[in-house]
Amino acid sequence: MTNRRKFECDVAVIGAGPAGIAAATAAAEAGKSVVLLDDNSVPGGQVWRGGKPSDESPAAAQWLTRLQRTTARQIFGASVFQISKTRLEAETATGTIDALFETLILATGARERFLPFPGWTLPGVVGAGGLQALIKSGLPVSGKRIVIAGTGPLLVAVAAYAKQKGAIVVCIAEQTSWTKFAEFGVSALLSGQKSRQALNLLWQTHGIPHWKNSWPVAALGTTHIQAVRLSHNGKQSEIPCDYLACGFHLVPSTELAQLLGCNLKNGFVAVDEFQRTSLPGILCAGESTGIGGVEKSLLEGQIAGLVSSGQLDRARDLAPARATTQRHVNSITQAFALRKELKALPEENTLVCRCEDVAFGKLQQHSSWRTAKLQTRCGMGPCQGKVCGAAAEFLFGWKIVSIRLPAVPVSCASLATLSVGAKSETIRGGLQ
Amino acid sequence: MTMSADVVIVGAGIVGTACAYELSCEKFRVIVVDAEGIGIGATAAGMGHLVAMDDSEAQFRLTRYSQTLWHQMAEQLPKSVEYESCGTIWVAANEDEMEEVHRKHLYYEQRGMHCEILDEKTLRQAEPALRGGLPGGLLVAADAVIYPPCAATFFCGRAEALGAQLLIGRRATSIGNEKVLLEDGTTLTSKIIVNAAGEAARNLMPQLPIRPRKGHLVITDRYPGKIRHQLVELGYLKSAHSTIADSVAFNVQPRVTGQILIGSSRQYDATDTAVEPQIVARMLHRAFEYSPVLETISAIRVWTGFRAATPDKLPLIGPWSEDPSMFIAAGHEGLGITTSLGTAKLVADSLLGRASRIPIEPYLPARQMREATHA
Amino acid sequence: MPERVVVYLRGKQIEVPAGTSAAVVAITRDVHCRTSFDGQIRAPLCGMGICFECRMKINGKPHVKSCQVICTDGIEIESDD
Repeated sequence: MTNRRKFECDVAVIGAGPAGIAAATAAAEAGKSVVLLDDNSVPGGQVWRGGKPSDESPAAAQWLTRLQRTTARQIFGASVFQISKTRLEAETATGTIDALFETLILATGARERFLPFPGWTLPGVVGAGGLQALIKSGLPVSGKRIVIAGTGPLLVAVAAYAKQKGAIVVCIAEQTSWTKFAEFGVSALLSGQKSRQALNLLWQTHGIPHWKNSWPVAALGTTHIQAVRLSHNGKQSEIPCDYLACGFHLVPSTELAQLLGCNLKNGFVAVDEFQRTSLPGILCAGESTGIGGVEKSLLEGQIAGLVSSGQLDRARDLAPARATTQRHVNSITQAFALRKELKALPEENTLVCRCEDVAFGKLQQHSSWRTAKLQTRCGMGPCQGKVCGAAAEFLFGWKIVSIRLPAVPVSCASLATLSVGAKSETIRGGLQ
Repeated sequence: MTMSADVVIVGAGIVGTACAYELSCEKFRVIVVDAEGIGIGATAAGMGHLVAMDDSEAQFRLTRYSQTLWHQMAEQLPKSVEYESCGTIWVAANEDEMEEVHRKHLYYEQRGMHCEILDEKTLRQAEPALRGGLPGGLLVAADAVIYPPCAATFFCGRAEALGAQLLIGRRATSIGNEKVLLEDGTTLTSKIIVNAAGEAARNLMPQLPIRPRKGHLVITDRYPGKIRHQLVELGYLKSAHSTIADSVAFNVQPRVTGQILIGSSRQYDATDTAVEPQIVARMLHRAFEYSPVLETISAIRVWTGFRAATPDKLPLIGPWSEDPSMFIAAGHEGLGITTSLGTAKLVADSLLGRASRIPIEPYLPARQMREATHA
Repeated sequence: MPERVVVYLRGKQIEVPAGTSAAVVAITRDVHCRTSFDGQIRAPLCGMGICFECRMKINGKPHVKSCQVICTDGIEIESDD
């Protein structure tokens, strides 16, 4: 069953979203041998999901075409489960990949933050980005009533997309305040390219009630969601729906960076203006350095690719644009900070850990992620705490520690191919 | 600040908490102190296998006694402890090991522990996940498995209900002469101190002959019914006995959730908690030799832990000769979960001056320590 | 590339548009993906391979993330129970 492919390259790029695509392209165009890996079956990551140049925005089409023209080797369906400063191991459907590299660019992006509330485990309750991903994988939503809730710019983008696909978007329930949202809106409108995007979205979602100070209190139904109870300006109402698309902004996927021992800052991978992490030879670009959207990812990806191929001058040229995207990151963070009322959403028996069915009431008695894990097994399931960890961090203020290999669940056969390397290749647990 | 008690127990792992419970039942006023948490060291890292081992007469007595105590306690244990009487199958890979199966069978039967010899066919029936061609094994139905961190919490809860005090997150900096000093300046005074700090017992008493033995474990996703018993290769003892080389041995456990724990590995003098890929690979390859189906199942987590090992493979239980107020209850290597209950009884018996069910002499800290060698 | 793909969902033969994920097949045909430890039925949540709620038995292999599987002709999909 298992075949083992070995690669050696100048630059390995993990993640084929906008940042990874830009990084791989820049490095390959400069003559470097590049291997680009992603666990999806096509490039594009989340925001450009689907991957075919014709389907997406002009930027996606351009970049994908440009990438195809390079000699960068693209490997899909590859889940990186082990990594060191010189080598990575990934699992594919047919075996494993062992890649040696000089420089590593992490472009692992971000994922949605889910917060628990009664009924959130019902079929039909999906993430906001989750809904978009499912629609892109063929979910028909024409005529379906959809409520979109949570927080972040993603909600509006998803609302527009779903509406475009024929869904009846009943409302958008955004937890932030009008003032904060307005501030964010203004800063988006004032910032060039973002402005066009923002106006576009406003136009596309015209007519959809867009509530602020609003959040889900409960998802109602027996075997599938039938309605959602929303709080809006202190008053509750029940809204029948076929799907509830709910996500509370994004958290960065920093597992591989932590496994390597890169420094984090506020939960994101710490990088300098050249996208260099705290470890030599390891760069990071995109949402895992800060949530800032496609423009930031493309810029940082390019910078990382240029730096990995020794083109610091060209990288420096992109510095002003980069600085602008950093401002956008800050404005997003401020606008969509989670309000404390969300901590009171789960009830005693509301599940926090969905893999192991651990309820909120069971977790409350513990004082740290570590003891909670050991005593309740929260976070010990296959998602390795990626869903419940972010929720527990918000609900209890716990620091989520201890990333170990495998970075994702893999077959024992893949795990057993781990290289018999020198002691110096021993993987360290995450540094705090 | 000063606090006083009849007994201060340093270490809230399975051994320390079992002692706390037993001593609280015997009306001692107990304080348990631990720098980190309840059941957070080797108790959290190990396999939770309740097993009778015949490595030596003394080891058999202690493990068998403890195994019986666990069985008696089973009904009281909460669901979170996941007590499961799945039994152990000692698996033979060749004819030499089959002879060992027969020897073991006789040894156990003579000592009143019933077990069953399996041949190639009945082994396969008992455990279809094992590869064909294995000559047989020994089924010990009396063995069981638990989830140790919750057992330690259970013991603590019971002890507290009987008046014990728990000081968690407080580090002991020195012990002896009827005093335990904590990092925060607190002094605990008591006539008796029990050092049940496991692998860290030596931090407080450097003269204890305890060395860390690192182990790795892998846990998988849920595959209910794929493995039905704890499966251990007969070569396990060779691995457990090796005093120098890094070794691996086939040892897998079904959890009540359907997850499978795959072990085991032993390394002397490795003090780094990092997972070592080459050890994991070796350990898994060994497991595949016995059960090829394990290759295809999904591994979710890998972790390491440290067993507290002594030169003669027996724990240190009883009074320390140089300071009669000091009791040791540490150095249980891979049998701490099993023998926690027997240890607690021996400590209580010793303190109360009453005869214990099994002789305590082999475990006394003052014994002459000879390196045990495996034939 | 064919426009429709043959899928065996719980043994029953159906046809879905090319490019449909196994997770979407389950959702649209009202088939749950898996049953949780405490017996709750579960369906996809994150849609991107992070949450593991969409695990199904695909071509006989258990615990496969159905949101990351695009249906190919003849694929066999069952709940992961």
